[in-house]
Amino acid sequence: MTRSELIQKLANENSNLHMQDLERVVNVVLEEISGALTRGDRVELRGLGAFSVRERQSRVGRNPRTGEQVNVDSKRTPFFKMGRELKERLNK
Amino acid sequence: MTNNRTVTRADLADAVYQEVGLSRKNAAQLVKQVIETVLSTLETGETVKLSSFGNFTVRHKKARMGRNPKTGQEVPIEPRRVLVFRASHILKDKINGKK
Repeated sequence: MTRSELIQKLANENSNLHMQDLERVVNVVLEEISGALTRGDRVELRGLGAFSVRERQSRVGRNPRTGEQVNVDSKRTPFFKMGRELKERLNK
Repeated sequence: MTNNRTVTRADLADAVYQEVGLSRKNAAQLVKQVIETVLSTLETGETVKLSSFGNFTVRHKKARMGRNPKTGQEVPIEPRRVLVFRASHILKDKINGKK
């Protein structure tokens, strides 16, 4: 399912609303989540799971083709942990 | 990292209310529907691809022998399905303060 398919599904369930509004709803939800992660906040959504940001330390990596050593800077990575409810629904 | 706060479904509903101009009730209902639609799609095993955000994929894990780390006792782990989230490059860059 893509973003536009998600919007279409919402439209099927909400014939009273404009497609543009539903598109904005999906965009706002995703922007809100990425905005929170950018601030370093956690996002916890009951039923789905929790998004958080993890810190990765800088390390010395290697270019796999040349074998050359390169420094990899420390970075922040988004992390998702699925929630209990989702775990149960996937394994019914 | 100094973790500030936890954003919840209510915060998302509030943002939708503020920015889309729907009633509070409608906004909360739609946020719920967005999450539920994603969930039921994943339940069927289908991947959810949200461009510029990331992909949610269901992976199948085979049965294997695990070990209780405390007692050292071997325990069978049943085959199961897990959800993997892969953030898009756009999201990763954003989190690292690139543009």
